[in-house]
Amino acid sequence: MNSLSDSAWSALELLFHFDPVLWSIVGRSLWVSLLACSMACTAGVVLGAWLGVARFAGRDALLTVLNTFLALPSVVVGLLVYLLLSRSGPLGFLGWLFSIKAMVLAQAVLVLPVVTALTRQCVEDAERNHGEQLQSLGAQTWVRSLLLAWDERYALLTVLIAAFGRAVSEVGAVMVVGGNIEGFTRVMTTAIALETSKGDLPLALALGLVLLAVVLVLNVGISVVRRWRQGVDGAINSPVHGVTL
Amino acid sequence: MTQPILQLQQVTLTFGAHPALRDIQLSIQAGERVALVGANGSGKSTLLRVAHGLLPASQGQVLPLAGKRQAMVFQRPHMFRTSVLRVVVWGLWLQGVPWAQAHTLAAQALQRVGLQDAAHRSAPTLSGGQQQRLALARAWALQPDVLLLDEPTSSLDPHAKREVERLLADWLDASQATLLFSSHNLGQVKRLATRVVYLEAGRVLADLPVDHFFNHSLVHSHPEAHLFLKGELL
Repeated sequence: MNSLSDSAWSALELLFHFDPVLWSIVGRSLWVSLLACSMACTAGVVLGAWLGVARFAGRDALLTVLNTFLALPSVVVGLLVYLLLSRSGPLGFLGWLFSIKAMVLAQAVLVLPVVTALTRQCVEDAERNHGEQLQSLGAQTWVRSLLLAWDERYALLTVLIAAFGRAVSEVGAVMVVGGNIEGFTRVMTTAIALETSKGDLPLALALGLVLLAVVLVLNVGISVVRRWRQGVDGAINSPVHGVTL
Repeated sequence: MTQPILQLQQVTLTFGAHPALRDIQLSIQAGERVALVGANGSGKSTLLRVAHGLLPASQGQVLPLAGKRQAMVFQRPHMFRTSVLRVVVWGLWLQGVPWAQAHTLAAQALQRVGLQDAAHRSAPTLSGGQQQRLALARAWALQPDVLLLDEPTSSLDPHAKREVERLLADWLDASQATLLFSSHNLGQVKRLATRVVYLEAGRVLADLPVDHFFNHSLVHSHPEAHLFLKGELL
């Protein structure tokens, strides 16, 4: 299996013969990222929307910290969650280490700053443009932040899709806290890393193709949302974020 | 004389070191239609925002009469990404009107501005004139005692401008609401206002009944005000 074309051909065979090992890894990957994004997006949108409208002492410092977390390497997130969940860590009593739950938690921690920061920026721009009109109608900080988030829902939808892309394509955090256990915590990215090191290129390539397809579908989703929004509401003012691996 | 419906007492507002309003003294009686005029940057919009409570005065006091409702219509009203009906319903709901009752009141308000057939259209797809009528409907639905308008027709074509002015005049005649509005359009000021306040660099330079304002020697003797009246500062 030395040539790229042989590996690619074998990868396609695995995909179209519905290889159970491959598709169980794909299913687990999507499930972990979906759960992590649901948690992170629920908290991130609410927190980001509030940060976009609320004004308080120390806000600038908090935003600086939040923006710094945007650049957190996933392996560092993995390490932090590992320390939290390890037997001697503060959450060690949960017994989550090397489980799906630990991987969900790690991906949620990884994605939370992304969702929070992008939502904050989006809502803050909306607040600057027309927050005083809501204020004039009697909307206080919380109501205003939620209404503005709702009004920016199409832009936020692209943030959520981008967040899913970030979660499903990361490798460091889930490797550290999940342990890459076959049939249990092995996901697409960790399997690709392992199979490549073992020399089993067809499986690695097949998983790589699925991962690329997932990201492609997400980007198509963003594009569809954008066109739909243009059709419904006219011009787009907010930035639309693409998904990158 | 009855108690003013809105009073500004020695109001000063500064943005950093820049004074936007200086020692504003204004007393508005119920039913008055007061126009704020002046060149760009003279403080008209800021004064409206301070009067409405959107900006806190650095010094002085804003005293709205207790129990009197205010509504404000902005130069470019933001249309939320929802239906025309919902735009009005949200406004009412935010004021504590129950959802079902808000729908009834919103439908009446849309009827009043001639947008009943567009009730289920997406609000951002309306034309500029329709959006301004929708903003008026939202304000009208709140049944305010004081209506504040920030250059309500500045971005509209002449036809839409006339339409909005007609709606406003009908509303004011029917409700006896008090009007405080800013405008660059002197024709509009003559048509809608009973009193004119001329602002320059955040100060009230003249506060006169509308007929006196356009003939008053103080206004004509002041070079900038004179230019403004000639339309050269528009």
